[in-house]
Amino acid sequence: MVNAFTQSLFVFHAACSPCNNCDIEILDMLAPRHDVERFGIQLVGSPRHADVLLVSGAVNKKVVHRIKRLYEQTAKPCFVIAVGGCACSEILFRDSYNTCGPLDTILPVDMYIPGCPPKPEAMIAGIVKLMEKLKGKKK
Amino acid sequence: MENKKNSFIPIGPYHPLQEEPEFFKLFVEGERVTGIEIDIGYNHRGIEKLSEAKNFEQGVYAVERICGICSTSHPFAYVNAIENLAGIEIPERAKYIRTFVGELERLHSHMLWLGLVGHFAGYNTLWMWTWKHREPVLDIFERISGNRQHYSMMRIGGARTDIDSNDIPWVLQQIDTLQSALMMIFETLANDPVFAARTKGVGILTKQDIQDYGGVGPLARASGVAFDVRRNAPYAAYGLVDFDVITAETGDIFAKAVVRIREMLESIRMIRQCMEHLQSTAGPFFVNVKEIPPGEGIGRHEAPRGECFHYIRTDKTNRPVRHKIRAPSFMNVATNQKAVIGQYISDALLILGAVDPCYCCTERMIIVNKESPDRILTANDLLKLSHEKTIRLRKEGGYPL
Repeated sequence: MVNAFTQSLFVFHAACSPCNNCDIEILDMLAPRHDVERFGIQLVGSPRHADVLLVSGAVNKKVVHRIKRLYEQTAKPCFVIAVGGCACSEILFRDSYNTCGPLDTILPVDMYIPGCPPKPEAMIAGIVKLMEKLKGKKK
Repeated sequence: MENKKNSFIPIGPYHPLQEEPEFFKLFVEGERVTGIEIDIGYNHRGIEKLSEAKNFEQGVYAVERICGICSTSHPFAYVNAIENLAGIEIPERAKYIRTFVGELERLHSHMLWLGLVGHFAGYNTLWMWTWKHREPVLDIFERISGNRQHYSMMRIGGARTDIDSNDIPWVLQQIDTLQSALMMIFETLANDPVFAARTKGVGILTKQDIQDYGGVGPLARASGVAFDVRRNAPYAAYGLVDFDVITAETGDIFAKAVVRIREMLESIRMIRQCMEHLQSTAGPFFVNVKEIPPGEGIGRHEAPRGECFHYIRTDKTNRPVRHKIRAPSFMNVATNQKAVIGQYISDALLILGAVDPCYCCTERMIIVNKESPDRILTANDLLKLSHEKTIRLRKEGGYPL
């Protein structure tokens, strides 16, 4: 089971009230300069196909139960990665009347990639670290 | 009309097509779209209220977090509003730096749009090409400001950092390669029969439609409305550099693509002029601002998607009392109601994308229903609620029904 997660990851990208910045950097990872598809990392269209849930943005009240449902729909085990400052700690949106707390109070987060926005290199480094951690577990 | 809305296709809130969560309901009859409902609010973070709790220096950074794609447009309009309010005159060098950053942003935003349209139309090669050639623009941002996105180059009274004159030849070199790449993409698209078949005559917005819905930006200019804040109400260095306002007449997706590509070439022209000025002249790039007087000010900026508008009212404190933001997509998204009706479902996604919608900019107000947050209130529901309330009030007051 763990072996499958160390080869090629299928990623579902879920944006909860983002500013779009992390999201275009995630797409940038697929663009020719970084091109993570050569490692088998691919964006998929349905959470049911996903190994990894990539969540960006501060979670607001309209999105919060939808993101929970997305997580319920994924096949377990599924890893949740919080991308960007908003998902990790909500940065300045912690004072907002419409946000529901950082992502780890809503979903079990396995990995934090901080930054506003994190560079594509940082995201790739994060995913590699996740893979290495899983490989370590296997031994 | 109502009985024709017999089946609908939900798109979103999480859909492979979309970057951001938003929800469209396409009402269809066979292959034709007969109606659309747009439900937003998945992106509301209460920025206006947050900004009122921050002082003016922090506000510049707060409004930057509205949108990542046009992440200098909101600070640009914000500092314009405060400078309008306080009557601050910024140094000439700062004007050129601001124009340079604003135009670089237009380049990266339009390229992003062009790539996504290619992706929607099934031209993934176009997507990969444009995103490959977009990287040098982000490299320039990283070199001059330290960050690929959220560059924070604006500050009340000028620019945050100066442009190092050693960087200028490198910037110009990057811009040159970008221009030749753009010309290559432009010629390929203009001569591609399949791309033309997908986009010509699809999603037409007439001049009248634009005036009815108040569309702004490249969307309006593609329909022949020659409105551009940079030309109609010049700010920063837009009165000092030479550029053309690009318009087209047909108002279809093809025209929108052509307008955006030609605007990018105009941006490159402006960037060259800014670089020339920054290279040849020196001077201060900011003025110190000590106090913001009470009053109200408006700031406008021609963002990549159209006119971005900020209104600020202050009392004597160091925070705004009221901060109102109107983003261009707020006007542009509504035009979908006109453009998408009567088109094929397969074209609908292209039309929705051609607006270059940015929901994170748009969402300024929300009504949260705590008991049943799942419920979607349509216009008819609201009407029904209103009727029920009238009936209830009449009963309570003892008036005849």
